[in-house]
Amino acid sequence: MTAPFTETGVLGPAGGLLVAPLIGFFFGWFLERGGLGYAPKLAAQFYLTDLTVFKVMFTALVTAMIGAFWLDRIGFLDLRLVYMPETFAAPQAAGGVLFGAGFLFGGLCPGTSCVAAATGRLDGLGVIAGMLAGVAAFNGAFPLVADFYASTPMGAVTITELAGVSRGAGVAIVTLAAIAGFALATRIERGRV
Amino acid sequence: MKRYSDPYLAGLGLGLVLLAAYVLVGRGLGASGGFASVVAAGTAAVEGTTRASASPALAPYLVRGVASPLGDWLVLELAGVVVGGFCSAWLAGRLRRAVEHGPQVDARQRMFVSIGGGALMGFGAKLARGCTSGQALTGGALLSVGSWIFIATCFASGYLFAPLARRLWR
Repeated sequence: MTAPFTETGVLGPAGGLLVAPLIGFFFGWFLERGGLGYAPKLAAQFYLTDLTVFKVMFTALVTAMIGAFWLDRIGFLDLRLVYMPETFAAPQAAGGVLFGAGFLFGGLCPGTSCVAAATGRLDGLGVIAGMLAGVAAFNGAFPLVADFYASTPMGAVTITELAGVSRGAGVAIVTLAAIAGFALATRIERGRV
Repeated sequence: MKRYSDPYLAGLGLGLVLLAAYVLVGRGLGASGGFASVVAAGTAAVEGTTRASASPALAPYLVRGVASPLGDWLVLELAGVVVGGFCSAWLAGRLRRAVEHGPQVDARQRMFVSIGGGALMGFGAKLARGCTSGQALTGGALLSVGSWIFIATCFASGYLFAPLARRLWR
């Protein structure tokens, strides 16, 4: 196993920090290329007239998922050393509900608000200001929400472990579901559903 | 002004960037964590680092009790996002100083709502331990259970409340 480079020592801590802006550059580049710095296009997702968000997001997810799976399988990338967020079911479900509503009203998510602001869109700056306030509010309210925040811990668990199937089967199912979703999304955009 | 790329092509590019992050640094992309780091540094500057690092909500962002957003991976990554987004829009002739809004609201109303929406997302992302980048994309591609819970509830919530926000966007 040669990767992740920072974990295997190919890249030192300073090297890891140096690649951060480089990775960010291409992250911002492809978000802008896809039109995800333009709030009305993102909001149209929720009115089923433009499903670009869904297409970009799930193409990216499936690409990285398949790539990570095969790089691990051929012995290049040790997936156990890639940081995976831990699951806390209840707060993550509640956070998703709040976040989805904020996404709808704000028209941008945290990453795309940075792209919007960088390209001159002042509404992107508005979302950024709101985000900072929301994070500060959470920190202030932390004593009240700490118990809920730490509730229903499940550890760093995958859906395939939970379902008792192999990782490969999970990758195949998610890929097929995404392809079916893309076909459906295009039909919806054309008003055929 | 050039047209936007094909969504699948942009998605493929984004997916390869995420894969490169797994390979190079053993972690994925993120955004809300960078905001949290900035807020922690700001709070430490106002309250003093001793008081700030005593808070369990802030301590994880303060390296050895010291605020260092410039040494934070996600803050550096977000700086790259800003430059990358700018360069892409510049080369495509899409740089424009504007407030983007739906046809039934004015720029002022849109600015107020964007701040409110951002605040909801900031709180929600903290509660969910990540946003569309760190939780949905990064954890989703690793098949994390919590990430898929977040994806499901985030989209469901957006569609559920969409009729309420109709005047904003349609």
